[in-house]
Amino acid sequence: MNKKPKPPHLLDTPLSVINVGLETFSEDLKSQNVVTLHIDWSPPAGGDPELGDLLSKLGA
Amino acid sequence: MEEIGNVIDRANEQALGVLLSGEPVLVDVVLATDVINVLKEKIILHAGPPIEWKRMCGPMRGAICGIAVFEGWASNLNEAEKLASQEALEFAPNHQFGCVGPMTGMTTASQPLIVVENQHYGNRAYCTINEGLGKVMRFGGNDQTVLERLSWIKNELAPLLGQALRRAGGIKLKPLIARGLTMGDEMHQRNVACSSLLLRELAPHMAAVAPETETLARAYSFIASNDQFFLNVAMAAGKALTDPAYGIKGSSMVTAMSRNGTDFGIRVSSTGDRWFTAPVEMPKGLYFPGYSESDANPDMGDSAIVETIGLGGFAMGAAPAVAGFVGAGAASQAGQYTKNMAEITLGENKSWTIPAMDYLGVPAGIDIRRVVETNTSPTINTGIAHKEPGIGQVGAGVAKAPMACFQKALRTFAEQMGVK
Repeated sequence: MNKKPKPPHLLDTPLSVINVGLETFSEDLKSQNVVTLHIDWSPPAGGDPELGDLLSKLGA
Repeated sequence: MEEIGNVIDRANEQALGVLLSGEPVLVDVVLATDVINVLKEKIILHAGPPIEWKRMCGPMRGAICGIAVFEGWASNLNEAEKLASQEALEFAPNHQFGCVGPMTGMTTASQPLIVVENQHYGNRAYCTINEGLGKVMRFGGNDQTVLERLSWIKNELAPLLGQALRRAGGIKLKPLIARGLTMGDEMHQRNVACSSLLLRELAPHMAAVAPETETLARAYSFIASNDQFFLNVAMAAGKALTDPAYGIKGSSMVTAMSRNGTDFGIRVSSTGDRWFTAPVEMPKGLYFPGYSESDANPDMGDSAIVETIGLGGFAMGAAPAVAGFVGAGAASQAGQYTKNMAEITLGENKSWTIPAMDYLGVPAGIDIRRVVETNTSPTINTGIAHKEPGIGQVGAGVAKAPMACFQKALRTFAEQMGVK
């Protein structure tokens, strides 16, 4: 019988985090001395689906 | 068939090329009625998109009344107000006639206008002469001191400037603005360097043509004491640079941003003279002692034409001192405003660079697609007028162009491109 693979010890080693979207998540991690890179991203057109659709057709 | 995105990109490349290849030259000062035929009696050109008397804000009404008295259409402010409310005065936007005006932007028949010629394309644009700071007509001031200053500008300063400019053979504005940027100006709320550089170029010609020493001394003193003297020149340059970029089929580049104190309006290259409007927003800023946001009128003026060409809030990185003056945060943050505006523009203007940002060209050519996609509104550095007529400037700040203008423009642009 095959042995189940062991899950990686993600939390046993120091974390380096890329945070996309809400900046407060990265701030919380930084306050706990976690190496964090924040990516400033939000959905196109503030999440408006009609405008998002128009934009994609207009090559934005 | 070619993809729509490519068609738009190519049209935008053309529009940006037109904007960047313009050569604005300050060539003259003339009487308004000599160059704008429509300025017959009782027509007032104003800042921003079209608006009727009933919807005008306090300072706009104050300026309308003041200019009606200045023109001799009414003997006092009460009579002028009656004329306006009875529809005996006609109103139209400056932009419709190759003109721009700061704040209330009053342009009428007997006012002198600065003339900037775009020598690459041959078109001309006009703006009144800057009156100085404090209680002035552009901020809704309309008392006797305001009217007397306008009379002096018309009768003494303007003829002298016109003669001096003609003698100089014009003054090239592109290199002058480039130099001003390296000296800390952004050409909207800081014009200290460019006003000084302009006076330095004009001074020998003014001295050569002045009828007497006292006339010259008054002119020098007026210009030298007004840090914003160059603002109106920069605005006319902006109008001269953007006008040739109208009507390029498939281009989503913004050709004008302007406000009348009630509505904010934008125009887009491919949709020509059509305005896309939304309620104007309140600037966030700092107030002169004794005033606060409760005294302030919402955002106003054609002066956002300087942001349309990549100056003002777009060039904040060149003018860290302005960040403090307009309440935009620490001087070290000024560059971030410029970087943010680079997210919504088609390219950079290599003729106008910012030394403190490793000679980055100012971000130029606002693309309505990028504005809507990133949900990032253009930043505008602005003066703040008191909301009541007759008081004048009470502060300076940063305003945002309302997103709704760009969303409306995008929908119409999409229709025009056959996109549903």
